Amino acid sequence: MGLNVTQLPMGEGGARQRLIAAIQGGLPLAPRPYAAIGECIGLSEQEVIEGIRELFEQQLLKRMGVVVRHRALGYRSNAMVVWDIPDERLDELGPCMGRFSFVTLCYHRPRHLPVWPYNLFTMIHGRDREEVLSRIDDLVASCGLEAVPHEALFSRRCFKQRGARYVAEARSVSDREARPLQAGEKVVI
Amino acid sequence: MTTAQPSLDEIQRRLLNDFQHGLPLTPRPFEHMARELGTTEEAVLESLQELQQAGIVSRVGPVFHPNRVGVSTLAAMAVPAERLAGVAELVSAYPEVNHNYEREHAYNLWFVVTAPNERALLGVLDEIEARTGLRVLDLPMLDDYFIDLGFRLTWD
Repeated sequence: MGLNVTQLPMGEGGARQRLIAAIQGGLPLAPRPYAAIGECIGLSEQEVIEGIRELFEQQLLKRMGVVVRHRALGYRSNAMVVWDIPDERLDELGPCMGRFSFVTLCYHRPRHLPVWPYNLFTMIHGRDREEVLSRIDDLVASCGLEAVPHEALFSRRCFKQRGARYVAEARSVSDREARPLQAGEKVVI
Repeated sequence: MTTAQPSLDEIQRRLLNDFQHGLPLTPRPFEHMARELGTTEEAVLESLQELQQAGIVSRVGPVFHPNRVGVSTLAAMAVPAERLAGVAELVSAYPEVNHNYEREHAYNLWFVVTAPNERALLGVLDEIEARTGLRVLDLPMLDDYFIDLGFRLTWD
C-alpha cells in the first residue's frame, strides 16, 4: 500500500527529498493539490498523500494547514523574550512557558559568554506592546521567574519572512505561478 | 502603519482559526473543509487565494520540526545603526535566510538560516562574517519545549 518514501534514498533526487521540495513552499490552491504535486515530481496522488502521512509518522512534520502571518492580522507586536535560566531548571521551566497559547516558540539555545548570557528563547505575540508586556508578566508570575534575568527584544522591522526551504528548490508547484509582490512583503527568492 | 485588523467574513475567520493544522489528507482537502464550513470547495479556494494575496496567509502547507529536515540556526549580529539597512539587505539576499528581523537590542539583526547540511549552514554564516566584518552569533536550537498546534486568534 502506498510508497514508503522514507525508505527510499534521502539523497538528492530521492522521493522524500522531491516531496519535501514540492510541498515546503505550500500546496497549490487547486481542487486536487496532492495530484498536482504528484504530477510535478512523478508520484501518484495516493503516493503523495501516503508520503505526507509518513512525514508525520517520522515526526518530520509538525502540522499541515493554513499558515497565518500574525502581523497582517493585527498582531503587530512581537517580542523575542530571552531568559538566563539555570541549566538544571531548563527541563522544568521550558515546558512551563511552552504551554501558554501566546508563546509561539520556546527553544533552548546556547549561551555565548560573555556577550550573550541567555539560554531560553520564547516568542510572544500581541496586538500591541502593552499586551506583550502583560503576557510576559503572566509568564513570570505563573512559572515563578521573578529572579530570572530576562530581556524582551521587540521586533522593529521585518526585512524578510517566508517558510523555510529545507532542500534545494527544484520545482515547487506553488512557485511556478508568478505572484505579485504583496504590500509590505520584502521576500525575494 | 495601521494596527486595525482587516475586515474578514465568517468563512475567512474560520479558515484562519480552525485549519492551522489537520489539513485533510484526502484527494480533495478543500472540499472536505468546505463541508465542515457549510460552503463550497470553490468558495474555500477563493477565500484562501484572497487571504494569500492580502498577505494574511503565507501558505497552506507544512510546518516542519526544526532540524529534522536539513539544519537551521538562529543568528544574531550587532550592526552599527548606519550600516543596518545595507547589512540587512545583504543577509536577506541569501536564499538560505527565511526570517530576518530588526529587534530592539544591541544585537539588532536576527535571522534564521536553513540549509541541507551543517557545512552549507556554517558556510553561509562564515561568508556573512567575512563580507560584513561583523561577528555572527550562532544560536542553534538545542531543545524544543513547544508543541506547535497553531496560534489561537481572537477577533474584536
